[in-house]
Amino acid sequence: MEKDNLNKANFFADMKKFMPLLKNLVSKDFKIKYRRSALGVAWSVLNPLFTMLVITTVFGKLLRIQVENFATYYIVGFAIWNFFSEATSNSLSSILSSAPLIKKVYIPKYIFPLEKCLFSLVNFFFTLIAVVIVMLVQGVVPSVTSILFPIPVLYCFVFVCGASLFLSAATVYFRDVQHLYGIFLTALMYLTPIIYPLELLKEYKFVLRIVELNPITHYVEYFRGLIMYNHIPGVKENLICIAMSIGMFLIGALVFKKAQRKFILHI
Amino acid sequence: MGENAVELRNVEMHFNMSKEKLESLKEYFLKLVKRQLHYEDFVAVDNVSFDIKKGDVFGIVGLNGCGKSTTLKMISGILEPTKGTVRTYGTIAPLIELGAGFDMDLTARENIYLNGSVLGYSKKFIDEKFQDIVDFSEMHEFLDVPMKNYSSGMVARIAFAIATVTTPDILIVDEILAVGDFLFQQKCEERINAMINDDTTVIIVSHSIEQIERLCKHCVWLEKGKIKMIGDAMEVCNAYKNSQR
Repeated sequence: MEKDNLNKANFFADMKKFMPLLKNLVSKDFKIKYRRSALGVAWSVLNPLFTMLVITTVFGKLLRIQVENFATYYIVGFAIWNFFSEATSNSLSSILSSAPLIKKVYIPKYIFPLEKCLFSLVNFFFTLIAVVIVMLVQGVVPSVTSILFPIPVLYCFVFVCGASLFLSAATVYFRDVQHLYGIFLTALMYLTPIIYPLELLKEYKFVLRIVELNPITHYVEYFRGLIMYNHIPGVKENLICIAMSIGMFLIGALVFKKAQRKFILHI
Repeated sequence: MGENAVELRNVEMHFNMSKEKLESLKEYFLKLVKRQLHYEDFVAVDNVSFDIKKGDVFGIVGLNGCGKSTTLKMISGILEPTKGTVRTYGTIAPLIELGAGFDMDLTARENIYLNGSVLGYSKKFIDEKFQDIVDFSEMHEFLDVPMKNYSSGMVARIAFAIATVTTPDILIVDEILAVGDFLFQQKCEERINAMINDDTTVIIVSHSIEQIERLCKHCVWLEKGKIKMIGDAMEVCNAYKNSQR
């Protein structure tokens, strides 16, 4: 076996060799998150439920957003949004926080952001339990099309991986990204139809434009359409989603690939 | 496949020693506009070429900051040389600063699996070798204790046991034998000796000249990033010792 250090390191051989590491890191994160908490894993379900209670009280009852079954409407969108925001913000600092490891052992560096994405994906499935609970309480019957839900989740996952690779690499060079991203996420959340319906923006053409350009909007709407409205998006919508996912992934992967060779000098 | 385990050809490693590290966009642009972005080039390893034969035990000596660790990191693939090529043939087990892959909140048992996968072992392989690792480290009673409660010597025992559970083609040892009590140090040296007999190529960095003399066949002496002397371990060590007086 010959290895020209780093340059021609065989990508797929590496991938196979480090699969167990990926798995172990995800389970490590999981263990550490819930170790010594009395309710443990139950928090993964309780957390979105409590968030939902707060939001429905404020936006449903006080500000009276007009959507049928607002609690369900919110938590379905929140599930996708939370997956995106949690994965990307955790990935952001993943390279920096793994510095001790990266400095000492050769490990393909994409493992670290990828691990955070997978960890959030696991969390997403726990959020789905909360979604089911809310639907049961509100008496919302899931549409038949619900079984297709893995499709938007897959689109979103690919997009999230790309964004995470990009962000984790950018943070190594400019630590400001950590602070900026928090603000960016807040803005992006309000530009995603989670707590309001798209129709609300009918009169504000400009804002609507931006909201429609936001990739997360497409994943949220796709997912919610399948679960609540028995609606399967057409070919065009699917192509838009795929294009955005693959586009983001390519950008992220290329930037990361180019940046990673110098990581060690900056962490 | 040649007879060499490691080949270094005209290897150079430059570090960008900007006096203060720029870590924010604002700073970067401010300095860019003010044209204050000057870097000082620091050459840690300068035009170094050598081969290490298969089955050799190779030592690297030199004062602090002479490029020993940088050279090791390039061999193990952590750092990429600025110029020149580093080729390695075979699997590499790095023993550079033990315990890199540990999470102190996890128990030793969990850490053995985590650290094993950091080194690229499969779960099946660790399952098979688990007992070996525990026996060698002698940590039977403390397996299910979080490692933050371990002493540094205990951590080193676990780490050494995991890293040496395979017989790699190339073993890289960086100053690690300094930890642990003398009994454990003896045990480590025995294991390294067993590997040497097993045709493993061993590369050792140490400040203990006696250790290098005892273990190594060949040796390189680095000074300020350049090769000062290379050859038979005894000769190089003698010359190195004499220069220090």
